[in-house]
Amino acid sequence: MILQIGTYLLVEKFILISIVLAISLLVAMYSTYAERKVAAVIQDRRGPNRAGPFGILQPLADGAKLFFKEEIIPSHSTRFLFILGPSLAMLTACMTGAVIPWGDSLHLGGHVVPLQVADVNIGILFIFGVVSLGVYGIMIGAWASNNKFSLLGGIRAASQIISYELAMGLSLIALLMLTGSLSLNDIVRQQHGFWKNGYFTWNFFRQPIGFLIFLVCAFAECNRTPFDLAECENELVNGYHTEYSSMKLGFYLFAEYVNMFISSAVMATLFFGGFNFPFMDHLGLSANWITILGVVALFVKTGFFIFLFMWVRWTIPRFRYDQLMKLGWKMLIPLALLNMVVTGGAALFFNH
Amino acid sequence: MLLHSYVLEAGTTPISYFPIVLQLIMALVFVGGVMIATHLLGPKRKGSDKLENFECGIQSQGNARQPMAINYFLTAILFVLFDVEVIFFYPYAVNFKILGWAGFWEMVLFVAFFFAGFFYIIRKGALNWRD
Repeated sequence: MILQIGTYLLVEKFILISIVLAISLLVAMYSTYAERKVAAVIQDRRGPNRAGPFGILQPLADGAKLFFKEEIIPSHSTRFLFILGPSLAMLTACMTGAVIPWGDSLHLGGHVVPLQVADVNIGILFIFGVVSLGVYGIMIGAWASNNKFSLLGGIRAASQIISYELAMGLSLIALLMLTGSLSLNDIVRQQHGFWKNGYFTWNFFRQPIGFLIFLVCAFAECNRTPFDLAECENELVNGYHTEYSSMKLGFYLFAEYVNMFISSAVMATLFFGGFNFPFMDHLGLSANWITILGVVALFVKTGFFIFLFMWVRWTIPRFRYDQLMKLGWKMLIPLALLNMVVTGGAALFFNH
Repeated sequence: MLLHSYVLEAGTTPISYFPIVLQLIMALVFVGGVMIATHLLGPKRKGSDKLENFECGIQSQGNARQPMAINYFLTAILFVLFDVEVIFFYPYAVNFKILGWAGFWEMVLFVAFFFAGFFYIIRKGALNWRD
């Protein structure tokens, strides 16, 4: 009996993980297309329009091209670490999706299938842990290249990511005080619906400053403009992936887009109600339909944040490195601490 | 069914981490598979000039692995210090409602210590990036 259930669980999780990985990769692929189209619209151009109708097959063509390119491992580089770097970057990007609740439970023929790979009670800490491992991917690849530009880009990336991790961690503490749980599933369930007891249920309306700090840090963690100093081409050629070619370069670029997707999903989950949407209790639909609509709602929110990433990239020029560090250390960290103390005081004051 | 629901509802048992291991295995297979595929698919026409490091077409001078500016090192050390302090806030945040005002004032004291260290490093100029 137990063995049978174990097999069932294994198959269920296997299918769910395959879907989550496939969707992350698909979204990342089409994010590259969307980015070029968004850039084109903002710069009054047409963007890719040759491969397929509206250039819709462009990401496939790019992917195939990367596969068939010659892979070059420079003679002065450290061979093993040179391959390990991009692999690690991609591996960590694939792992973060495990604890995000993609939807409520589906009821299939008597079985309850939760649309979350692993509901662990330290969900947020798991995400932080895996995201910080991503630094190793960049750092190892940059050092292994034995190229001055790569090394400088890698060191810049490493010290930028760790600096913004502090503010990111602090900005979430105020949120955790209100939710009292580290499990992403609990946090989403507390934000059920949209309006309850005369106020919004979504955490954004309780923690607007916390969200703003988290958003800025998410941009910095993903190495996106205006924080993409690790790969700024007018100073460092291409930064940490200067020496890379073929699919190893593809992995670095791809990992960035997967991270962008995951961090958008995390923002939607923590601050914008995850798979909850307004009037979800008043539609009179069956539970399964509400679950499916919830998944759609989560993807709409995630899509909006991905668009925000692109919009900012093509609008705002990048910082100078000392400005970047000043923003991270001297502004965001004190602001996050202040937000935490004020939130704590206010929450206790209004509860008594 | 009993085991099934138990596994899914309790977030604390080691078995609820099992799907993460499964995802790690699948991600490893994906990454490894793609790495091998791209190695086999691409053409291989190597030459000693081609495998030189690319430094804007200028002949590269010496080894790249030289000492860097001290600021990067200081940032890393300070990150370790402050990240440990940030981690101490997490258990407090989760038990915030139980601890009440007493816990709040203790947390404020801890924030004051945090700020004391923070102001010290700023006054020392550890975070100044311009000479």
